[in-house]
Amino acid sequence: MSEYTGIRGKAWFRALTGQDSPMAGDPRSVLTADAPIGDGRARFLCVVPDPQGRFPCARHGEVGLEEAYALATRVREVIEPDRNSVKRAIIAIVDVKSQAYGRREETAAIFLAAAAAADAYGSARLAGHPIITLVVGHAISGGFLTHGYQANRILAFDDDGVMIHAMHKEAAARITRRSVESLEKLGKAIAPLSYDVRDFAKLGLLHELLHVEDPDHPADETTARVRRALAAAIEDARRGPVDLSNRLQSPEARETRQASIRTRALLESQWREKV
Amino acid sequence: MSAVRDDLAFVNRQSFIELHARERAIALFDSGTARELLGPFDRVESPWLPLQGVTPQADDGCVVMKGKISGRAAVVVALEGAFQGGSLGEVSGAKLTAALDLARADGEKGKPTAAVMLLETGGVRLQEANLGLAAIAEIMAAILSLRRYAPVISVVAGTVGCFGGMSLAAGLSSYIVMTREARLGLNGPEVIEQESGIEEFDSSDRRLIWAINGGEQRYAMGLADALVDDDTGQVGKTIRQLIEKGVPREHRSARVAFYRERIQSLDATRQLDPNELRASWRTGDATEPGK
Repeated sequence: MSEYTGIRGKAWFRALTGQDSPMAGDPRSVLTADAPIGDGRARFLCVVPDPQGRFPCARHGEVGLEEAYALATRVREVIEPDRNSVKRAIIAIVDVKSQAYGRREETAAIFLAAAAAADAYGSARLAGHPIITLVVGHAISGGFLTHGYQANRILAFDDDGVMIHAMHKEAAARITRRSVESLEKLGKAIAPLSYDVRDFAKLGLLHELLHVEDPDHPADETTARVRRALAAAIEDARRGPVDLSNRLQSPEARETRQASIRTRALLESQWREKV
Repeated sequence: MSAVRDDLAFVNRQSFIELHARERAIALFDSGTARELLGPFDRVESPWLPLQGVTPQADDGCVVMKGKISGRAAVVVALEGAFQGGSLGEVSGAKLTAALDLARADGEKGKPTAAVMLLETGGVRLQEANLGLAAIAEIMAAILSLRRYAPVISVVAGTVGCFGGMSLAAGLSSYIVMTREARLGLNGPEVIEQESGIEEFDSSDRRLIWAINGGEQRYAMGLADALVDDDTGQVGKTIRQLIEKGVPREHRSARVAFYRERIQSLDATRQLDPNELRASWRTGDATEPGK
């Protein structure tokens, strides 16, 4: 595994927007661009590594303090201008290592920075903006909660280089006192533990698993196909509610997340009981 | 107040931290109004723990109660730090999300229902990994949706603290209440030491941990709205006051320009001194009540 995460994210940001520089005032680790998609325009965002970044623990593709507030700023600035018009789609290209693990970050309240980014994405969704997440590489833990997990629709590449998880493999093995091999084996039997994106798809949280050839080097034909999938997801999101209820409605969710569905139904019936 | 009466108050006070989740939840309601939903007798348990040889708990470590606080509709969700470190699994996560969603639905129908989350948690339950993380994303979405209608209050009281993804849930809340014993942060000290080395964070340095994550520091930096003693009476009174205040005019997590500017002005070439930061962040961050 490369020391840096986000290289693939940058490649896809460039392929989809034709741009690869940060907006004025932003850190080099956050790329934002407005570009056409389908019949309209969308705002694309991506976190990329910056070996010269100000914060040492956020140089390898992690979401740190600066990244979180830059994302929050760039997402929020589309909400007000679109208040009385068609709500621009927001597309999070996700290839994030994790949140930044540093003392500076904790001291300056990275929990609030991360919340501010998630707040921006969630508030834009509630305001009617289709939020589409495209996982092209890693989507790990607090990094994903901050950048991508508030989306109406989540698409991911069907590829061994894609990993969506609560904790990276080495740390999870250490903490659960298992070897990486036994952790991988366990994931085959217990879907939520798996590091394989095809098992993640069984949880019913994905809108679409996209098969792409050579995802490290987006070719024109592949890029065109990804664009069509994104445009379709935007249209699908516009037709649906602004909440995340769709994550429990897919056939996969009805199978794997039965306990969630049952818990919600029982709680609702008891909530409404007259006493 | 005289010293004698202070002593008396100290002797008579009831520790909030020592209470179990169920007792903590019930203590916050107007007397006789609390009703538990999906209690232990419903036996809605984690389906994933037994597969890994772990004994599940009949309430999955999450207590939901509905009733009145200060005469207003409210729901309290208490995480039990003594079960799996208060971690969020599929069921406990679904209970918390559903409680927030139902409170929001009542709010939409003109019956604002405040939510109080008692957070004693390390975040995602590792045995349920991706479903725990998914649950936290949904909890965060539910908080954002509810807080337009009624305040969402996070209380971090006990020694487990509030870490991991649930620190983002706290960050999205209308108000945060802490004790001096509590800690709040995204990454716990052990995790930072493990990931970035002991020179980045020495997790055996208790003084450093509380200087950064402790309730007193978070309150002094304007990141928590109330600092309370470990006293059930005082916690209850504070929550009643915050519910009466209602929805803040602007939530802390929406004050992006304000906090971004603060991060930009930091000297990141060295570790930050918690005391210096406390002095420079102290002013100008009172969360104003609405209206």
